[in-house]
Amino acid sequence: MRVTQGTFSFLPDFTDQQIHEQVQYCIDNGWAVSIEYTDDPHPRNTYWEMWGHPMFDNPDAAAVVYELNECRKVYGSYYIRIIAFDSSPGWESIRLSFIVNRPSEEPGFKLSRTEIKGRNIQYSITPYSSDKPQGSRYK
Amino acid sequence: MENEGQEKESEIVTEVNLKEDFQASGVADILAELDNSLIGLTPVKTRIKETASLLLVDKAREKLGLVNESPTLHMSFSGNPGTGKTTVALKMANLLFRLGYVRKGHLVTVTRDDLVGQYIGHTAPKTKEVLKKAMGGVLFIDEAYYLYRPENERDYGQEAIEILLQVMENNRDDLVVILAGYKAKMDKFFESNPGFRSRIAHHIDFPDYSNNELLEIAEVMVASMNYHFNEESKKAMAEYIKIRKKQPHFANARSIRNAIDRARLRQANRVFNNSEGPIGASFLSQIEDIDIRQSRVFSGGIDK
Repeated sequence: MRVTQGTFSFLPDFTDQQIHEQVQYCIDNGWAVSIEYTDDPHPRNTYWEMWGHPMFDNPDAAAVVYELNECRKVYGSYYIRIIAFDSSPGWESIRLSFIVNRPSEEPGFKLSRTEIKGRNIQYSITPYSSDKPQGSRYK
Repeated sequence: MENEGQEKESEIVTEVNLKEDFQASGVADILAELDNSLIGLTPVKTRIKETASLLLVDKAREKLGLVNESPTLHMSFSGNPGTGKTTVALKMANLLFRLGYVRKGHLVTVTRDDLVGQYIGHTAPKTKEVLKKAMGGVLFIDEAYYLYRPENERDYGQEAIEILLQVMENNRDDLVVILAGYKAKMDKFFESNPGFRSRIAHHIDFPDYSNNELLEIAEVMVASMNYHFNEESKKAMAEYIKIRKKQPHFANARSIRNAIDRARLRQANRVFNNSEGPIGASFLSQIEDIDIRQSRVFSGGIDK
């Protein structure tokens, strides 16, 4: 099951050239771009691991694509996303976030129903992959 | 705009007009600016013009579908201090941008300190950070030979060199590297790093300025600061140049700039001490020969 989080996630995966152009758009707007990765695709998992620092002072997107490829070398089987951070309002504001790398196989989510007081149903989802310990979820 | 570009590309191009391309790229402006704003440096200007035409022709060939390898644009500027290496590098960045060989056209100037770290594992991220900053533009490494210190085998400079070489080769489309430094030391540096020599296509030598060129430069500098010489002070400047050139630590145009800065200082002092009543703009911007002749150079000392 394809994880759809962030912008563009219903489109086919971007090529590096397309990523470059999206990132260049962010940079030209004055946003800091950074790369993050995770192996826990739960939608409520907001804070992913950072790959290096946010790139505040690179005028060209080639730097981000370069770092992305470095990140792929190490975490090629993880989810990797690019986020663009706009510091101008003075609070944390992500303007754009999109997934640029995903595992070759995405097992999807388990939906579990729990009956609670008054025969109400409480739903929760768990990624099948997170049964395994962190670091050995995707190969 | 994007659509227009696509339409143009899909048309089959059978001929190109080099003159039109030349006009459209705005390269003419830069070359003219190079000619006007830089005094002397004829061999450098010739090389840059040659490079510009090569790149223009390459672009034209590409349009016609004649395949070429994207050219290696890494350069090495060698010459004495103050011969205009940084100034030319800045113009070069702009030129390559106009020709479409770099995407942003900014110049990132670094020296050894910016690339080499202080402890194990510090160098690689530092060098990469600089390289990333320079992507889409030009990376100018001043006094590049300091990167390589053969006398200290544990020096981290070698690591920076390796990363540089790797990125220069693999990300050729993303950035242009210009190395600069004194001729003799650069030659030695290239000898001990053959990898660098072969990856750099253009070696450009910056000659020293002649006395007349230096005087011309002085006049341009003075004019750009809204001052002016008179006949006597011009003569004094010419003499100053003659004497200063023979002294150690002479740094061509940079020494001239410093001399002018000091002359302005003395001029300000003189104007302040002698002024009684209202004075005009011409008095305020006049550099007299006494302002120059007070320099230590004339009494056998050294201006730094």
